[in-house]
Amino acid sequence: MATLGSTDAVGADPIPKRRVHGMLKLYYGLNEEGKPEEKGDPLDPCDIDGAHFEPEVYLNKLRKECTLAELMDQETNMVKHIRSLDSDMQTLVYENYNKFISATDTIRKMKNDFKKMEDEMDCLAANMTAITEFSARISSTLQDQHQQITKLSGVHMLLRKLQFLFELPARLNKCIELEAYVQAVSYYGKARSVLHQYQHMPSFQGIQNDCQSIMAQLAQRLREKFQDGGSSAKDLSECVELLLKLDEPAEELCDKFLSHAKSRLEEDLAGLEADLGVSNVALGTSSDILEFIDRGCNDFVGNLCLLIASYQDLFVNRLQDGALASKNIPQMANAKLLAFVNNLVDRYFSLVECRIQAEKGVGDNSLLVRALDRFHRRLQALSKLLPGSNVPSKGTEIVVRAARERIRQYLAALQSFYMDSLTDVRQSLAAQRLSGKDSANLAELLSTLSASILNQIKSVLAYVHLFTAKDINFSNKPYFKGEFCSQGVREGLIVGFIKYICQSSRQFCESSGDKGGSTPPALLLLLSRLCLDYETSTISYILTLTDEQFLGQDQTPVTPVTALCSEAREAAQKLLNHYVKVQGLIISQMLRKSVETRDWINTIEPRNVRAVMKRVVEDTTSIDVQVGLLFEEGVRKAHSSDSSKRTFSVYSSSRQQARYAPSYTPSAPMDTNLLSNIQKLFSERIDIFSPVEFNKVSVLTGIIKISLKTFLECVRLRTFGRYGLQQIQVDCYYLQLYLWRFVSDENLVHFLLDEIVGSSAHRCLDPSPMEQSVIEVICERG
Amino acid sequence: MKKNARALTAQIAETDAIRFLVGTQSLKYDNQIHIIDFDDENNIINKNVLLHEAGEIWHISASPVDKSVFTTCYNKNYLLTLVSFFLASDSKVVTCAAVWRMPKELESGSHESPDDSSSNPQTLELLCHLDNTAHGNMACVLWEPMSDGKKLISLADNYLLLWDLKESTTKAVISSSTTLEGKGQLKFTSGRWSPHHNCTQIATANDTAIRGWDIRSMSQIYCIENAHGQLVRDLDFNPNKQYYLASCGDDCKVKFWDIRNINEPVKSLEEHSHWVWSVRYNHSHDQLVLTGSSDSRIILSNMVSISSEPFGHIVDEDELSDQEDNHQDEKIKEPLQDSIIATYEEHEDSVYAVEWSSADPWLFASLSYDGRLVINRVPRALKYRILL
Repeated sequence: MATLGSTDAVGADPIPKRRVHGMLKLYYGLNEEGKPEEKGDPLDPCDIDGAHFEPEVYLNKLRKECTLAELMDQETNMVKHIRSLDSDMQTLVYENYNKFISATDTIRKMKNDFKKMEDEMDCLAANMTAITEFSARISSTLQDQHQQITKLSGVHMLLRKLQFLFELPARLNKCIELEAYVQAVSYYGKARSVLHQYQHMPSFQGIQNDCQSIMAQLAQRLREKFQDGGSSAKDLSECVELLLKLDEPAEELCDKFLSHAKSRLEEDLAGLEADLGVSNVALGTSSDILEFIDRGCNDFVGNLCLLIASYQDLFVNRLQDGALASKNIPQMANAKLLAFVNNLVDRYFSLVECRIQAEKGVGDNSLLVRALDRFHRRLQALSKLLPGSNVPSKGTEIVVRAARERIRQYLAALQSFYMDSLTDVRQSLAAQRLSGKDSANLAELLSTLSASILNQIKSVLAYVHLFTAKDINFSNKPYFKGEFCSQGVREGLIVGFIKYICQSSRQFCESSGDKGGSTPPALLLLLSRLCLDYETSTISYILTLTDEQFLGQDQTPVTPVTALCSEAREAAQKLLNHYVKVQGLIISQMLRKSVETRDWINTIEPRNVRAVMKRVVEDTTSIDVQVGLLFEEGVRKAHSSDSSKRTFSVYSSSRQQARYAPSYTPSAPMDTNLLSNIQKLFSERIDIFSPVEFNKVSVLTGIIKISLKTFLECVRLRTFGRYGLQQIQVDCYYLQLYLWRFVSDENLVHFLLDEIVGSSAHRCLDPSPMEQSVIEVICERG
Repeated sequence: MKKNARALTAQIAETDAIRFLVGTQSLKYDNQIHIIDFDDENNIINKNVLLHEAGEIWHISASPVDKSVFTTCYNKNYLLTLVSFFLASDSKVVTCAAVWRMPKELESGSHESPDDSSSNPQTLELLCHLDNTAHGNMACVLWEPMSDGKKLISLADNYLLLWDLKESTTKAVISSSTTLEGKGQLKFTSGRWSPHHNCTQIATANDTAIRGWDIRSMSQIYCIENAHGQLVRDLDFNPNKQYYLASCGDDCKVKFWDIRNINEPVKSLEEHSHWVWSVRYNHSHDQLVLTGSSDSRIILSNMVSISSEPFGHIVDEDELSDQEDNHQDEKIKEPLQDSIIATYEEHEDSVYAVEWSSADPWLFASLSYDGRLVINRVPRALKYRILL
């Protein structure tokens, strides 16, 4: 139709074409929806396409409205429309006719086909009935034969089983010959129940007996193999498995298995022991501790782990599933294993501990720590395998013990280092004395000493710190977090060392008192200063350092810094007191010898100051220098040298005159006593061996006090002639001249010297003192 | 006293009165023996003076039997020395020893007025002279403590001499002697007769060593070398514990020894600030130890831990009867600790001698160089504590 349309409406617009369809559609009452009528009102009677078209109205309208030309156009247009409509109609009719014809053809064809099919179906039905008939006939004929065949096949199976049973002994023998034990056991397992069931029949009983004897043989063989030392763990476990299948008693097997494993583990232990023995004999050449622990871990602990695993596999896990689980065998097996493991591990631990104890060298701690770490790790693996045992706790204990031991060793090392460095100092002091430059660099010695001690402490701390390093497995155990830090390192090591310093210093004071000053005084002085330094700064520094490095979470009380400081101060005080005592003793010994050995009655008139006095002044000066190197000057009562000298001379001479007066006039003894008593009233009591302060003046005052008091006591034990007294006068004046500058209160010196001269005057047979001027001359000349 | 003095002893034979003997030491004046009586009830000190013309007295010791007899070690009189000085150019001051007897009327603790006796001092009767020309200076003379007063030990330089007094103490004969041998000049400084072992042992001090002697064989039985850092000044035996010995010396220490173990002292005190010149155990309460020092202090210590007194004190009946015990109330006392009971600082000069009274165990005297004699009592509180 479309082709027709296109041929008809050549040169026409597409709109008219559509209009054609539209019009046709309209005709057939198919109104196009959604496309509103273009031409206004459908009821318009003038609409030529409308349903209500009235030609009359339309014509009238046309005639009224249009011109002639337009009418002409209208007319041609109309004619055109009519023609196209006509052609359209024709095409449509043609098409429909065509379709109708073809439909009619199809129907006729179908009619023919159906007829054919009906015939074939009839034929099929007939065939089917024939087939059914045949098959029924066949099955009825075959029924008997089928039953026979089933029966026959059942007999065949039975026969094969019987054959297996009859052949079983032979087969088993063959298996044993071929050492295919697994096969044999599986065969036997299959047959066992059957045999058991039919054992009342004699033939079967024979077979059963045969089998049992063979299996007994097999079990025997297995046992032999099991007990054979050379077989490997895997073989062993296989054996055990088989034996278990053969209903061997599990307990016995456990024991045997363990005893067998024990022999092998003991070989390992023996190896370790031998190693240990070697290392004890020749420490230098033996393997170091890391190697030892490594070996122990690899051999012993590895085997042990393997053993535990296979054991558990065999006895515990498997049996839990089996029927034997009800007999408490897993529990029993576990208990046995635990006892066994504990026993062996105890021995191993004792070996390890021996080895650790043999590790005495202080130098390299890292090896030990690493060895301990490895040890600990392996034990943890062990504990995973065997949750119930106390092995890991014991192992940790060993580690803890080793750490403690280590700390103790470090403390000992520190102490010996301290003593060594003291010996060094002592030697260098001695060397100095030999070379003549006495006490030249005490300060230097002090600084090197304290620096080396501090360095040593630091290095030891670093070593110990390895124990708590992050990558070490046991460092996060509670012991290492808490107690090790605070109790072990801080208290045990550092505080212990500081206390040791103080204590050894005190020992210097006490011991040397009896042996007559075996410690050089300079060392005492040095140590005193060292302790004082510790009190002021070093202790708190070291402790802060320690606390920083070992952040212990332990709450146990620790020794406070102040207590240590006060202890150090006490030690310093004691040392200094002792120094004063020793030096005072040296000088007073000199003075005493000089007084005691001289015959004071028959001496000659003094010409000189005695050499002893010069020596005393020299020694005092050198002590002054020595102390000055280490201690501060200190305060003394203010006075200028000139004035003190002058006033003293006047004062003393006048006093001495007054005191000697009674010797010329024996009738006035009261005056002497009165004078001396009044004098004593005003002077304070003197503590001779009183504690000194930490400064030079105080130290020297102490020394001079001791010396002069000795002088006084010695003089009182002697009897003097005239010149003896005069000699004492000269000596005392000389001492006055030189000693005042060392002491804090010169009146003290004056008082003591006055006492000496006074006492010697009392002890004098012929007390006629020397002229002050003469004394001065002698002293200045000397 | 107005003279210097060093020598002090209790009159041991006297058990009723508290009496001390003091010997003065003066070169220029006549030396005296002062007999000091202390009246306990009235707190009065009586003094009788005897002239000791022989010379200055360095050591005095009273006979344990006869209360009028005592010995002195003295330097020869000043005048005599001067004479010898002019006569012989090499003369020396020699210390001699002699046994003396007091005049009869003073024996029983005279009741004369003190000013009378001091204005008219009486002379001593010389019983015998211990001849020491061969042995050098006498350091001290010791009576045998428990016997009949016939035996004396004297220490002279390096000789240890045992004397027998014969013919009613008018003659002294050296019965045996021994010498201390060694390097250098060894000199005995002091000695003490042990009251134990039937009085067969004495201990002596020389320089820094303490030696024990058996006087039967006159041989050394023990020696504590370096007992003190410096000179040992004095010794005393514990009256109740036979092996215990106290010593003191120039190192300011007082040490207590067990002579069975001489390697180290049982205890060591260091309380004085100068030489300790004298140490004495109390005769009946051996925890009380008295020390005198040239720092002019006397220290009374309570050495409970090494005394014969048990800590849980057993009350001594005799002592109780001596003292009127008005402290009947039961006090629970804590055990006494080793401690200093008291420090006495009355002296202004060095104290060279201290001595317990022989009559009253709670009383002691001390003598300083300036001649001051001080008598003190053990503090009352402590006394009752020890007794009750």
